[in-house]
Amino acid sequence: MTGTPLLRFEDVHLAFGGLRVLQSLDFDVRAGEATALIGPNGAGKTTVFNVISGVYRPQSGRVLLDGRDLAAVAPRQRIRHGIARSFQNVRLMAHLSVCENLMVGQHVKTNGLRDLLAPFRLMGNHRWRREAIDALAEVGLEAHADAPVGGLPYGIRKQVDLVRATLAGASLVMLDEPAAGLNPTETNALRLHLERLKARGITLLVVEHDMHFIDRISDHVVVLNFGRKIAEGSLAEVRRHPEVRAAYLGIEEAA
Amino acid sequence: MSGYQTGVLVILCFNIIAAYAVYLPLAANQLNLGIAGFMAVGAYAAAWLTTELNWAIAPAVLVGGGASALVALVVATPILRTQGIYLALATFALGQVISAVFLNLEVVGAAAGYQVPAYAPAPAVFAATAAIVAVVFYLSRTRFALYLTALKNDATVSELLGLNVRALQIAAFAIGAAIAGIGGGLYAHHFSFIEAQHFNVALSITTVLYVLLGGTQTVWGPLVGALVYTLLPEVLRVGAGWRYVLFALFIIGFMAVRPRGLVTPDLGRRLGAMLMRRARPGKAVP
Repeated sequence: MTGTPLLRFEDVHLAFGGLRVLQSLDFDVRAGEATALIGPNGAGKTTVFNVISGVYRPQSGRVLLDGRDLAAVAPRQRIRHGIARSFQNVRLMAHLSVCENLMVGQHVKTNGLRDLLAPFRLMGNHRWRREAIDALAEVGLEAHADAPVGGLPYGIRKQVDLVRATLAGASLVMLDEPAAGLNPTETNALRLHLERLKARGITLLVVEHDMHFIDRISDHVVVLNFGRKIAEGSLAEVRRHPEVRAAYLGIEEAA
Repeated sequence: MSGYQTGVLVILCFNIIAAYAVYLPLAANQLNLGIAGFMAVGAYAAAWLTTELNWAIAPAVLVGGGASALVALVVATPILRTQGIYLALATFALGQVISAVFLNLEVVGAAAGYQVPAYAPAPAVFAATAAIVAVVFYLSRTRFALYLTALKNDATVSELLGLNVRALQIAAFAIGAAIAGIGGGLYAHHFSFIEAQHFNVALSITTVLYVLLGGTQTVWGPLVGALVYTLLPEVLRVGAGWRYVLFALFIIGFMAVRPRGLVTPDLGRRLGAMLMRRARPGKAVP
């Protein structure tokens, strides 16, 4: 369903000591859309991701997922509620194979006492492994299934990171600079992949510096600067916003 | 088999069991320096059950392992709050405390030691070791092992992927303790006598040493580590009085050449590729 907010930030404040990293932050991520989060370095974009996934707890304000306050949900439980993410620096487990990296994320599909002993079942050719390989085949990476992640090129690792984020049946996928470091072919493949996710009804929240990429994939743009929202709307709209121009170009705003 | 050979094999078995007791928590990034304490719990519990309550050896040894796991579960919550060097120190202290408790516990002989009349012959030790190795190899092919490797690689990401990192660490710690306890119980019934001083710091540290020597990244590492650690000094008997000097030099040499341990996943892959080439000589491998 498009239009209703899946995720909502309500007056969120976060400070590390005297450093205020998020100030009175309000914004919505609408279901089924791709929302881009942009802003200069240090604007608080990755911090927003860390608040959503529970790495940081805001000092005040609420983060609501489908109307439910996330403060009550432990970080490791959030993926069960449909929140998944990729990482800016591609945090895959280097010693594990591609397939094993994906299987770690599938864990959330187990639940209750019935599955208490699930971890002690053999992996072998388990359904999870086949699902992981199918997901890899979708992006043409099945040949790398058993390769250790540490030795793969950056572009492939980024793709694996993205596949891992979407494998647990997430409804909201956060992507931290998914196009950074990719060549034009890879960027195009990524865009197609994200389009497929959107078509499946997955909501995307994307941090990205590549404006061309944002223009192609996003429905809505939120601009942050020094932890505050300074503008939101379509990319064309926020581009015209004087505060956005000042933040990006360093021009002093006329009083 | 000569008595000497059997004796060496029995020692090897106890070293393998101890190695896997250390390996499991280590696979979850926890250095347990108190493994001797957990062996002591299993040894004394099992010995008391067969001596005072006339239990058969097998159930007594299993209950000994259970008792050790129970101690691990009780102490896990406070101890596993610490990390890295502090965790090592906390487990080290725990091992000392347990040893000190048995040194003063009159019901199991205190400082005089404890006689254990029920006897577990060498074949029983071999069979139990084989069973433990089989269980650990089984575990290594389950998702449990995968999760441990994941959290060792990156605990934060593992948590965000939905893994219950603490529960997994506690489970690895307790399963390791159970293995140590079973090893202790077997030890008591094979050597017919136990004393608190045996389960000392040196035992804990040397066990960790040969696990690190073998490598902690694969399930083969502790096995190879225990083999080298047990058999190399026997081979070096030709060096007479210089035996342990040579042994120490070998250990330093191994560590210098293979800092990640003798067995690594990379070595496994290379061996696998080599065997494939042998099996299919017609096919060229790039």
